[in-house]
Amino acid sequence: MDYVKAFLVGGGICAVCQIIYDNTKLTSAHILVGLAVLGAVLGGIGIYEPFVEWAGAGALIPVSGFGNSIVAGMLLEVKRLGWLGLFTGAFEVTGLGLASAIIFASGVALLFDPKH
Amino acid sequence: MEKSAYEERSRYQQMVTARTPKPKYAKNIALAYLVGGAICTLAQAVFNAFSGMSLTKLEVSAATLATIIALGAVVTGLGVYDCLAERGGMGAAVPISGFSNTITAAAMDFKREGYLLGMGAKMFVIAGPVIVYGLVGGFVVTLIRLAFAGISG
Repeated sequence: MDYVKAFLVGGGICAVCQIIYDNTKLTSAHILVGLAVLGAVLGGIGIYEPFVEWAGAGALIPVSGFGNSIVAGMLLEVKRLGWLGLFTGAFEVTGLGLASAIIFASGVALLFDPKH
Repeated sequence: MEKSAYEERSRYQQMVTARTPKPKYAKNIALAYLVGGAICTLAQAVFNAFSGMSLTKLEVSAATLATIIALGAVVTGLGVYDCLAERGGMGAAVPISGFSNTITAAAMDFKREGYLLGMGAKMFVIAGPVIVYGLVGGFVVTLIRLAFAGISG
C-alpha cells in the first residue's frame, strides 16, 4: 500500500508540474523554485509533515520535500536555541542532502565526462 | 518606417507561433507521472529498507534522500539520466534525484572550464536558486509562524 501511495502522490506532483510546464512560459528552474517554496510554506503552516507521514517517499522525494525540510530543521532548532535556530536550523535536515549531493557530484564529475 | 518594422515583427511572431510544435500534452503528462512515480516508488523501497534498521524517523528520511541523491549522481555520470529527463520531463526533474542530476551534470559540463572556477563555481548553476529561494522562503514562513505562535509553538 505504501508503494501505491508513493507512486500516486509522487507521480501526481510531477504530472501537475508537467502540466504547468507545458501550458506556461515558465522554465523548469522556475517550477522547481516554486515547488520548493510551496513546500516550505506548507511546512510552515504544518500541513506538509502530516502529508509526508501519509504519502511517505511520494511527498519526501519531490523538491517540495526539500523546502519542507528547511522549515522542519528551523522549527527543530528554534525549540532548542530560540531565535538563533532560524539560522542554525536551515541545514539541520537538508545538510545531509546537500553534502551528499556535492560529494557524489564531485566524485562522478571527476570520473565521467559528459556524454553529448 | 517605425510602424512597418513593428508590423514585420508581429508577422514574424505569428509565423513563429504557427510553426512552434505543440507539446503532446497527454503523452507528456503520462510520462511525467510514470517516471516521477517510479522514482518515488523506488525511494519508498529504500525508505522501507532503512525503516527496518534501528534509526529515528528523521534519520530514515535523511538516509533515503542521500541514497536517491547518490543514485541520481551515478546514473547522470553514466549518461542515463539524460534519456530519462528527455522522456519524463518534470517526472525526472522534480524528484530529488533531478536536483542531484542538475548538480552532477553542471559539474561535468563545466569541468572543461577548470576545476576551480568551472566545476567548483558552477556546480550549483541550476540547483542554486532552489536552495536560495527555498531557504529565504522557509525563513520568512518560519518567522511569520513564530510571530503568531510564539517561540515555543
